[in-house]
Amino acid sequence: MTLANRAAIAGIGATEFSKDSGRSELRLAVEAVSAALADAGLRPSDVDGLVTFTMDGNAEIAVARELGIPELSFFSRIHYGGGAAAATVQQAAMAVATGVADVVVAYRAFNERSGHRFGQVSSAAAGQVNTSGVDNGFHYPMGLATPAATVAMVARRYLHDYGATSEDFGRVAVVDRKHAATNPNAWFHGKPITLADHQASRWVAEPLRLLDCCQESDGGVALVVTAAERARDLRRPPALIAAAAQGSGPGQYVMTSYYRDDLAALPEMGVVGGQLWRQSGITRDDVDVAVLYDHFTPYVLIQLEELGFCGRGEAKDFIRDGTLELDGSLPLNPHGGQLGEAYIHGMNGIAEAVRQVRGTAANQVPGARHVLVTAGTGVPTSGLILAAA
Amino acid sequence: MSAAGIEAAARDIAARGESAPRPARDPVNQAMVNNWVEAIGDANPVYTDEEYARRSIHGGLVAPPAMAQVWTMAGLHGTRADDDPLGAMMAVLDEAGYTSVVATDSEQTYHRYLRPGEHVAASTRLESVVGPKRTALGEGWFVTTRTTWWVGGEAVADMVFRVLKFAPGGQKPSTPDTSAVLRPVISRDTEFFWAGTRAGELRIQRWGGTLRHPPGPLPPDGDLAAKPDWVVAEGTGTVYSYVVHHHPKVPGRTAPFVVALVELTEGVRVLGELLDVRPGDVRIGLPVEVTFVRVDDELTLPAWKVRA
Repeated sequence: MTLANRAAIAGIGATEFSKDSGRSELRLAVEAVSAALADAGLRPSDVDGLVTFTMDGNAEIAVARELGIPELSFFSRIHYGGGAAAATVQQAAMAVATGVADVVVAYRAFNERSGHRFGQVSSAAAGQVNTSGVDNGFHYPMGLATPAATVAMVARRYLHDYGATSEDFGRVAVVDRKHAATNPNAWFHGKPITLADHQASRWVAEPLRLLDCCQESDGGVALVVTAAERARDLRRPPALIAAAAQGSGPGQYVMTSYYRDDLAALPEMGVVGGQLWRQSGITRDDVDVAVLYDHFTPYVLIQLEELGFCGRGEAKDFIRDGTLELDGSLPLNPHGGQLGEAYIHGMNGIAEAVRQVRGTAANQVPGARHVLVTAGTGVPTSGLILAAA
Repeated sequence: MSAAGIEAAARDIAARGESAPRPARDPVNQAMVNNWVEAIGDANPVYTDEEYARRSIHGGLVAPPAMAQVWTMAGLHGTRADDDPLGAMMAVLDEAGYTSVVATDSEQTYHRYLRPGEHVAASTRLESVVGPKRTALGEGWFVTTRTTWWVGGEAVADMVFRVLKFAPGGQKPSTPDTSAVLRPVISRDTEFFWAGTRAGELRIQRWGGTLRHPPGPLPPDGDLAAKPDWVVAEGTGTVYSYVVHHHPKVPGRTAPFVVALVELTEGVRVLGELLDVRPGDVRIGLPVEVTFVRVDDELTLPAWKVRA
């Protein structure tokens, strides 16, 4: 038995994406879940499972209470920051595939810009009394204390090992912002950037510039997962979960896997990719759209390598001639990604994958049938392949 | 930024030499001379009376030599040239916390008189940066520049100009408040490492013949019966990768600062701040050695400095 095609995403919902939502995170979560249920044509009373990130501030029971979900038979949380995104859908799919639950909603909602900003130094992350706190003891006190800085350490080595340049990172940002520019729901709608803009943006943590870093956003996204057969009877065409996988690699740390032989790599994403191809039976050539986690541009290049779209160190050449454009061979983040649309910890990328499979995206890739989605990078992570029914 | 960092930046700016000559806004002109002598109270008619000047040793009107700097003033809304060494040095000292400035002395030498219609240009180089000095105003650095005024290729005047760039209130800003650094969570598996840094030792966990960093409760082969000890690392290595941190603020540090992942001679990688270095001088492969930054009785951080 495999998980392939046994469950589907039947509904998607989101709040607006902003810099100051003006309401509580719980309110955002409830609005997103409510919108996703309406999209699926389901009611709160149909829901019996909820899944979110360990980082989410909204308890499953709080969401259930507010929405009037009477009983939950399944609730679960996934750890490791944005690495959880696709894994929340995997949890939901496993629950419905095994009959543990019928309708599971995965959600993520936060005031990440107006409230607690992940880009700042987190003394809580440094001071947590557990193994991650002990791990962070070898990094935070030494001054390496922000997500951008932790990525910059790997990015610097990547530039050195493969002769890539800051402009190669910038090309990822330019594509994302180009796509966001024509997505009315994107924060950067109507605001494309040029490579010169990227090169002129200030240093955040060299070799990362401001425009290598994703936005900070307020907002919420929810995804309704149910069994594939049931999804076929609902309002929307189902987005089949052709594969769902988590991955952690050897010598794994959270953002600081600096002690492996090869620093300029993301082996945990290789672990995810291998499962996705095997589980779904589809090949890289079958992928019509790639929604790759883009909190920082260098990790998009390394993901392309880890997922096998090109060889190690070859991403800079792979993306050079329009590969990632909407009419290229591997359209990237048609919604604009987290650099362009919003940073909802990867969940907005899964919603975009559903729209692409349905054929309803703002920047629709014609005839898209298979969409690859990845979750947070630099951390233990996850991925999905969604397919048209 | 440390004193060594400021000195390194000063050497860098001085090494750039003279700025490109910046032309005066206007040629030497009578209107400006008239205003200036009136304000200063200089009644010498050789500057203002054409007839008198023609009969003087000059044979015509000349401008007061002390106006040299007047001609090349940038104006009310002027900005410094990008290659102006004084501006660059001020920025370094601002960043290091020496935010106030007072001019201390200025020596001008005039090689000849200027005449109306001549167009001067000025160029400047950094001569010296000396400090930190304790002064009545506060701790600071004396910054000396030399400016030369040119007409074509001919030097007509020059000036040695010195300012004190200081931290007001007698504060000593050059070292950020290190007590604010984030503190490590320490477990039974890692306490030997932190005891080591307190003792001025970089201790690396050893399982038989295998070194491991960061340390943990088991050897790489997972042998539950094994017992670790540690070796004191020689403390030398090379930069394997590094970050120059600019934003946002990090407690206990002044940006920009460098954090380096160093491959020790013993073969393991250890992370630490790379001190007293210009970010532009750091590269992968740079030889470094360990140093220790004492925060308080409980905490000493390992760090790196460039190996001579």
